[in-house]
Amino acid sequence: MVSNQETLNDMGDAIVRALENEVHGFEVALGELTVRARADKIVTVLTTLRDEALFKFAQLTDICGVDYPERARRFDVVYHLLSLKHNIRVRIKILADDETPVPSVTDVYPAANWYEREVWDMYGVMFDGHPDLRRLLTDYGFQGHPQRKDFPLTGYVELRYSEEERRVVYEPVKLQQEFRDFDFMSPWEGAKYILPGDEKADGTAESGGQES
Amino acid sequence: MKKQTARLNPAGKRVENMAEVDIKNYNINFGPQHPAAHGVLRLILELDGEVVERADPHIGLLHRGTEKLIEHKTYLQSIPYFDRLDYVSPMNQEHAFCLAIEKLLGLEVPERGQYIRVLYCEIGRILNHIMNVTAHGMDVGALTPILWGFEERELLMEFYERVCGARLHANYYRPGGVHQDLPEGLADDILRWCDNFPKTMNDIETLVTENRIFKQRNVGIGKVTAEECYALGFTGAMLRGSNVAWDLRKAQPYDAYNDMDFDVVVGKNGDCYDRFVLRIEEMYQSMRIIRQCIEKMPKGDVLSTDHTVTPPRRANIKTSMEALIQHFKLYTEGFKVPEGEVYAAVEAPKGEFGVYLVSDGSNKPYRCKIRAPGFAHLQAMDHVARGHMLADIPALMGSFDIVFGEVDR
Repeated sequence: MVSNQETLNDMGDAIVRALENEVHGFEVALGELTVRARADKIVTVLTTLRDEALFKFAQLTDICGVDYPERARRFDVVYHLLSLKHNIRVRIKILADDETPVPSVTDVYPAANWYEREVWDMYGVMFDGHPDLRRLLTDYGFQGHPQRKDFPLTGYVELRYSEEERRVVYEPVKLQQEFRDFDFMSPWEGAKYILPGDEKADGTAESGGQES
Repeated sequence: MKKQTARLNPAGKRVENMAEVDIKNYNINFGPQHPAAHGVLRLILELDGEVVERADPHIGLLHRGTEKLIEHKTYLQSIPYFDRLDYVSPMNQEHAFCLAIEKLLGLEVPERGQYIRVLYCEIGRILNHIMNVTAHGMDVGALTPILWGFEERELLMEFYERVCGARLHANYYRPGGVHQDLPEGLADDILRWCDNFPKTMNDIETLVTENRIFKQRNVGIGKVTAEECYALGFTGAMLRGSNVAWDLRKAQPYDAYNDMDFDVVVGKNGDCYDRFVLRIEEMYQSMRIIRQCIEKMPKGDVLSTDHTVTPPRRANIKTSMEALIQHFKLYTEGFKVPEGEVYAAVEAPKGEFGVYLVSDGSNKPYRCKIRAPGFAHLQAMDHVARGHMLADIPALMGSFDIVFGEVDR
């Protein structure tokens, strides 16, 4: 990696200083800089990072969502920026949920258009002020947001050509065999489930046996 | 109020007071099955006469849910999915995924492994550029180059096959290196190919590069300035075509690219023609790297010897019980990757191909977002195509270098 720890720390400090009210803080891990920002201020954050001479993050590399269903605000929206001038990358993370819209950054980076559409399509995060928030990758008339962790891998509907109706029809998924998602986690290394035959073991025995 | 005009009818008689009719804009559907769409693209074009007023690409017809599938597979099982993204240059993408895993694990790659990876990345780049340059030619009417180019691609795919057993879906790179060493004699054959290839390229260039029709179809078409490139998220040849010397192999070198001597090629005008010529020149640069790789390639391991992530050697499995158990565990449970998140990017032939990998400490990726260069290029179609003629669209598509495997994922 080109950017060393020190440059990243300096850059993080500079970002936090320039955007005191907009970001929560930064961390440097594995040679990468991550900044946590306030969701409602994301437009200000990205505009500053794009225009200030100190940053000049001219390019938006990517926007993507990550789903943590156990959290109250379950989604992360992650922006990756690249400064060609300083040869440095930064990752901006904000929290989101499926009710409050996130301000769209299409006015700051036109490239955000499809990335935001994809996040909407895959996770159901709404973007306020997006010129054309349609689904992008899924089929016309698709229901649901497939990248969410609670959306099954097999989906809900399947598609076939119906000879009688002479058109393509949707039907509920019918699997010849139940979808098998093997869990190969070793029971000695903190598997979260009860081992078959171990149901009656009480709490003390379990914690004693499963501590790694 | 309609203008009243006097006109001649076809018979030559004067027609008085004929109302001028407002011509309605046409909407046409380009694709999903169109030979110049380079795959399954449905492009809705709003035309005023022959001039494109608005282009609205509908993508996702090849969407296979790669990212979702990867969340349900172990790290090793996920590698083949990367071959199926940009199926024109499969190994370059495996590279990005392996780099991301290595970054999370803090895994070192033996030097010979790095050299082999760079060698095959450059072969991938030539594979991609032959495909793109000749298909671009075909889109605007030059049929011969693609026939010649495919002969060369077939030879390159044989190099793929000899090293991993598959022409296309290689599954060759591993976290920690590559799966196996080069077979005997392969390096010499690659060098021999390097000697012969310029002749084919020369033939193709004679046909196309200075061809008047080809130039009329491409010079000044699809111009983008450097500023527009930044805003639209262009990378790779699209960015370099607009005179920005940005190449991740130089700017943020990974693996053995630091030891390689090559030039970053840039265009001047940022139009389709510049991008075409730039890709041809990049092939020569790739050939330089291939030669250097083979000449400088050190001896030694090709795969890390950290056997928590790499399988034990076959001979060991036959004699050692522990190695057998370890082998079994690695291919069922897989290896665990410490918690964290990384973004690893490589300079794929089409541009910056990145993988954003989030690990929760288990044996499967928690989230794997694939940043495909073609995605950003295609979304700029509306911006670039406006004001061009309908016939320029295939030229634009050709120079954008779009493969739907990676755009739709």
